[in-house]
This record gives sequence, structure tokens and C-alpha cells, in this order.
Amino acid sequence: MKCKRCTDKAIVQLRSHNAAFCKPCFVFFFQRTVERAITREHMFARDERVLVAVSGGKDSLALWDVLVDLGYETEGLYLGLGIGAYSNASERKTRAFAEKRGLRLQVVPLDGSEDGLAIPAVAAATRRAPCSACGTFKRHYFDRAALDGGFPVLATGHNLDDEAARLMGNVLHWQVPYLAKQLPVLFPTHPRFVRKVRPLFRTSELESATYSFLRGIDYVVEECPNSHGATQLVYKDILNRLEHSMPGSKLAFVTDFLSRGQPLFAGAPEAVDLGACERCGMPAAGELCGYCRLVAEVGRRRAQAVAHS
Amino acid sequence: MQVRLEPQGKQLTISGRRRVGAIVQSLGIIAGTVMVIRGDELLTDDEFVDDTDSIELRAVISGGVW
Repeated sequence: MKCKRCTDKAIVQLRSHNAAFCKPCFVFFFQRTVERAITREHMFARDERVLVAVSGGKDSLALWDVLVDLGYETEGLYLGLGIGAYSNASERKTRAFAEKRGLRLQVVPLDGSEDGLAIPAVAAATRRAPCSACGTFKRHYFDRAALDGGFPVLATGHNLDDEAARLMGNVLHWQVPYLAKQLPVLFPTHPRFVRKVRPLFRTSELESATYSFLRGIDYVVEECPNSHGATQLVYKDILNRLEHSMPGSKLAFVTDFLSRGQPLFAGAPEAVDLGACERCGMPAAGELCGYCRLVAEVGRRRAQAVAHS
Repeated sequence: MQVRLEPQGKQLTISGRRRVGAIVQSLGIIAGTVMVIRGDELLTDDEFVDDTDSIELRAVISGGVW
């Protein structure tokens, strides 16, 4: 198989693009795809500092690597979720990535935070799925870190497969408010929110894994132990089967939605107006934000458990 | 050949010289959901793997939280 750009021996085949690339041409292709996503979607400008949420996985580290290589001013943010050996390995690899490249990295361990709550403790106390608590905590700490650090923009490593799976879930359940907000750039709807961007929204998991491998990025290959049976993985499996039969389906699903579908939902009214959380001051739909409601629930459940023991 | 599946950590032995695409298919894996690695190189579906080679099939799918 030959490289589509230079005709050297190819090392990766991308059926969705009807192309194959050698190592240098793939790195060029991947970086150009990300750069075009940033500029065409007006994600951020050259003079804006970007806070990059990094997990130690292939996507977020590939994103950080590309942004640094393209000359953007970045800082990494790693959230220590407290998920045993998985979190330990993730933190170790993220720190090593940053140290090797001389990059600034904030590490926020949840069990050492103000509320001292890591994900397993929240899931155990509330009997909720860990992924539900994880999403709420991530959003809260990402928003706080971006605000406290004066960053105008927060970048995450969500890739094409993530976006396609999310879109499938939103369409299956006709989640109109979520469809209205499924965009690669979310502009702040409150003064205490910052712009949120997904520069990898056009690049597949195969592409980000290949990029990380070729760039020598030592990422966490293991999956989060809590992700087994996650709905997102069911959607991804279906989409991958579809992609196998009809290459390019995932990319078309997401990009056609963004160009032709999403505008139809864009006028959907927000469910509620946002005020300020009474406890932490972050945006909230009621008296408390989602994070503080969850923390309060943990406190209630623990008190009930003590009372019954 | 020796085939290691990651992140499962499974080790398999497959006999004979085979194309990458045929190996992936024979294991019931959807093409494009794994990288096929031999040493420090990536292999495309049309390449052959010898009986004496060791390869890694590394899943690229991740997920859980949006």
C-alpha cells in the first residue's frame, strides 16, 4: 500500500478518507486536520491561552502535542479521579509527557480537594453509576480551573467517534436541548463559564491512536475499569460496524449534522436560566449547581448510613 | 506467530504466514478498531506477518464519559 501524498510505503490506511499515508505524511495530515478545525470553527486565536484537559489517554495527549507543535500557548489540566491503579498510571504518564516537553501541568487530585471526594467514594455513597458522577465532577473542576487561571478557552480531546456516539444517543432519545448544544465550540452562556472547544472532532480514534504511536507518546492503553458496559461503547460498536460496511459514515454523520441538522435545533430554548450556586458560586440551574448537589447528596447518604449503623 | 491483544493482555498463537487483514478478521475484530504493531512499526491490512513474528493488536476505542 502506498502513501497518497508521496507514494512511499504507507503505514496507515484510512478508509474513511479513501487514503493511506506514510509516517511523515500522516503526521502532517493529522496536524492539518486539527489546525483546520481550530481555524474554520473559530475555536481560538493565536494569542489566546488554552487550558487543555488531559487524561493520560491517546486523544488528550495527542491534542496537547499538536497544539504545542502548532505553536499555541497551552497549559495542561489533569484531574486525579482516584480510580485506583488506572488513575495512578494515567497521572504518571501525563506528568511524564509534560516533563519531557517542558510543559506546564496542573494536577488536581479529587481526594485532596476541598471536598475530598474521589469518584469511587461518590459512586459508592450515592449508588449512582461512576460515569455519571465523573462527568459532573469533570465539568465542575474544568470550569473552575479555567476561570481561576484566567483561561478564555478550555480544550478537550473528544474525537470523531465520541461525537458520533453522542449524536447517536441524542438522536435515539431526541434530546433536543442536547442536540442544540452539540457543537465543536460552545460559547459561554454565563460569565463564569469559558469557551469549550473540541479540536479533534473530525479525527477518528484510529487517527489519534496512530498519531500518538508515531509521535512516541506513551499513553494509557488500559480502559477505565468503570467504562465496562458504558452506553457510549455500545453506540461506538454499532457505528464501527456501520463504518466497516460504509467507510466515511461516522464523519458524514457528524459533519452533515453540524451543517444541516444542528441549525434546526439551534433555536431550542435553554431548559432554565442560570444563576449562581449558593455554595460554590459557579453557574447553577437552582440553588446549587450539579456538583454541589452531588456533594450534598454524598453527605446526606453518609449521615443516613451512620444513623442506621 | 505470537499475537498480543491489548488492553486485554491476552496472548495467542496463530500458525502460518498471514496477511494482517486476515488475522484481524479471523479474530472477529472490526477493521479500523485496532492498530497492528510489529516492533516499532505499524502494519497495514495488506502486509504479511511471518510465522516467527510477534505482533500486537492494540484497541483504539475508548469511552465512558462524555
